[in-house]
Amino acid sequence: MAGYFEAAPGGGAAIALDEVEISILRSLAVQLLELIGPGPGGEGEGEQDPLAGLMADGPSAPPSDPALARLFPSAYSDPEKEEDEQAKAASAEFRRYTENDLRARKRDDALGVVRSLDRLTPAGDGGAVLRLDAEQSQRWLGALNDLRLTIGTRLEVSDDEADDLFRLPDSDPRKPMVLAYLWLGGLQESLVETLM
Amino acid sequence: MGRVSVAPIEIERTESEQAPFEVPSPDVPWVTIVHNDPVNLMSYVTYVFQAYFGYPKDKAHRLMMDVHNKGRAAVSSGTREEMERDVQAMHGYGLWATLQQDR
Repeated sequence: MAGYFEAAPGGGAAIALDEVEISILRSLAVQLLELIGPGPGGEGEGEQDPLAGLMADGPSAPPSDPALARLFPSAYSDPEKEEDEQAKAASAEFRRYTENDLRARKRDDALGVVRSLDRLTPAGDGGAVLRLDAEQSQRWLGALNDLRLTIGTRLEVSDDEADDLFRLPDSDPRKPMVLAYLWLGGLQESLVETLM
Repeated sequence: MGRVSVAPIEIERTESEQAPFEVPSPDVPWVTIVHNDPVNLMSYVTYVFQAYFGYPKDKAHRLMMDVHNKGRAAVSSGTREEMERDVQAMHGYGLWATLQQDR
């Protein structure tokens, strides 16, 4: 039976997770980290001047991956209008100055999820109770949302409640992802409720 | 016989040059638009409007319903710099937001 977040006495939130749930959440958060990628100067090139990373401009073009494009939208592109040169240039400029910070935040949120799962001390059956303080709740909320945006984009989820996606036969290869998507929605919904 | 300082005149001039900042020209304000998407939870969008903008629950809920039903809602207005800050914050929360001049 799927557990949900509950407000913890004294603030924060708590949820009982079983072994499989912990492993799925961790795996999804790691995949999200891989998708977002390292920051500037963040990987494999040995010792780098930390200032170089801070000062580096972000990219100016939108990501080609649709899920990343959804996580890092163009700030001046009205979806109802054709993008003119002026809007394109303004979006590029905005992206150059903001995308690195935005990626860092999303990376920190996903890392926060991995770390809090790794800190759990599982009981004999592999399950554990995850307790989040107010700050960790914010990180989880952000990461759960980013995961749902990513999976939702991959699955091409639509606003239509009669979406065939939600009535797939068990043999459909998308079925596990759809189930994960719905489960994450329930987790996020219950976590939001603890914050309202 | 002391010299007459010209400094006060300089200060006068500086002040008069700053005057336009006190009476801003009627610039067209900018707005932050949040767009509908099929993934974000209604409760989460309401929560973001409350947490980030400090809107009361009924206003946050009304804006969320506008996003959901009309496809978009203007959630804040101000200078271009302020709206860039708001759009950046909305992207941080995972909401799909853009800014534009409110024509």
